[in-house]
Amino acid sequence: MSEMTPDAVRHLAGLARIALSDEEITRLAGELGAIVQAVESVQSVATADVPPTSHPIPLGNVFRDDQVGDTLTTEEALAGAPDHDGSRFRVTAILGEEQ
Amino acid sequence: MSEITALSASALADALAAGELSSVDITSAHLERIESTESTLGSFLARSENALDVATESDARRKAGSALSALDGIPIAIKDVLCTTDMVTTAGSRILEGWTPPYDATVVRKLREAGLVALGKTNMDEFAMGSSTEHSGYHVTRNPWDLSKAPGGSGGGSAAAVAARQAPVAIGSDTGGSIRQPAAFTGTVGVKPTYGGVSRYGVIALASSLDQVGPVSRTVRDSALIHDVIGGHDPHDSTSIPTPWASMTEAADRGSAAADLSGLRVGVVKQLVGEGIQAGVKERFDQALELMAANGAEIVEIDAPHCEYAVAAYYLVLPAEASSNLAKFDSVRFGLRVTPEGSPTVEDVMSATRDQGFGDEVKRRIILGTYALSAGYYDAYYGSAQKVRTLIQRDFAEAFEKVDILVSPSAPTTAFPLGEKLDDPLAMWAGDLTTIPVNLAGIPGMSLPMGLDPDDGLPVGLQLMAPAYEDARLYQAGATLERLFGERDGYLVADRTPEVA
Repeated sequence: MSEMTPDAVRHLAGLARIALSDEEITRLAGELGAIVQAVESVQSVATADVPPTSHPIPLGNVFRDDQVGDTLTTEEALAGAPDHDGSRFRVTAILGEEQ
Repeated sequence: MSEITALSASALADALAAGELSSVDITSAHLERIESTESTLGSFLARSENALDVATESDARRKAGSALSALDGIPIAIKDVLCTTDMVTTAGSRILEGWTPPYDATVVRKLREAGLVALGKTNMDEFAMGSSTEHSGYHVTRNPWDLSKAPGGSGGGSAAAVAARQAPVAIGSDTGGSIRQPAAFTGTVGVKPTYGGVSRYGVIALASSLDQVGPVSRTVRDSALIHDVIGGHDPHDSTSIPTPWASMTEAADRGSAAADLSGLRVGVVKQLVGEGIQAGVKERFDQALELMAANGAEIVEIDAPHCEYAVAAYYLVLPAEASSNLAKFDSVRFGLRVTPEGSPTVEDVMSATRDQGFGDEVKRRIILGTYALSAGYYDAYYGSAQKVRTLIQRDFAEAFEKVDILVSPSAPTTAFPLGEKLDDPLAMWAGDLTTIPVNLAGIPGMSLPMGLDPDDGLPVGLQLMAPAYEDARLYQAGATLERLFGERDGYLVADRTPEVA
């Protein structure tokens, strides 16, 4: 299960939207293989009768009244954006030519 | 009066109240100290441009009898993971280079409302992923005790700044030890509060089920003073605990006034003092236990068998949550955008941006987290790691039925050389074994200096752990121990920090 091939890393990098170079993919395949092997030990004690803990302090859902709270203005929200048109974030084409 | 930068925040607050010093005096002294030492240390990523103006306002308030708090006018350094409207915030990453947030983190707001003077933003491993601050996207930070050594991480900047008297106190964040391990490496005090004890609103998230913000200082009382300012419920943070907190400062004062540790039951987690502990660290730890026993504490050995799986569980939970949290760095709303040649789609732009903007360690953990969460592997990895958390929580719950606090070395070694573990992630991660169980269980932990390693002369940290919600217990026991160590040695470790040119 701990086999980590360059193709597997390339697939994961695609899911994570990181354009890794071939060199990075080769290096990461080796490193991640060793890492996955090291962390697999958790499976030996994680038996079916143990409930998972997602959150260390038990808390229920937190609700608030449906009223406008502290919010950013449009200008503030856009202030750090790489590109915008004054009221919206601007990005390049969503679909490629072949799509 | 001794040199201003050598004084604790507590002593500086007394001097302000007595009119012996002004905030401008204190702030100027620290700015000068930063100016003269920063090219050597590299603690800061950004420095405040208006610190003296803020100090001047503080002095005017105090003169008018309307000081905002006892700490009004005290300077503080802030880890670059917290959003600040007046200083660039990058979390140590190139992907956020030059970004100024449109709002303050709640912790920053509370510090400002108490009148503290922000000096700057401290260096850190990129997005807090690392144990040496070498994974900063900008520069290394050097340990003031030995400039060839790492200051620890991820909060090496805050720890080095406080140790080297660039700031009396600082803010850190701790996901797997990022406050406590740098404290141990630099001879300072650092506290990770109970999960949910301090607001994380405006703190750039690493692993949301583990992250917690806390104080860094040279004395236990100073950490308590800051904890009291930053702690408490915040409706902006849904994981923030709504119950009111005891005063940590009062707990520290009770501790330093206590004659000894009579009645305190201290548990030693045997899994945290086993293999891999440096000889000098073990020696100082054993001496600390002797000191505790000689001063009335009852020492009990504790078996917490699942701590052995903590590092493995952590390096599944953290990457999984980080891979989700860091999806927001997508070149659209803030930070870097890299546009490849030709007619790229938004997906191409995101992928190129994330490749260029993230460093190696961040990429490694995102890919690992993506794997741990992917269909078919989720139960085997993330699911199993969450079960280990349950087992570790049960171990701690059982332990705290027998003892009041648990202790271990804060880190298995003293500060290691810069570069030593940079190419070996598993070796770097193994050093987190003593601090990680605390984050997985959500309990509070403190590191305070317990002496110098007899072999390398570097500071050694003692970790105290308490049940969730019982942070005050750390301050009370920590303040007594700090006094006992001082009486035994004739000095406090933090006062022995070498002079940095």
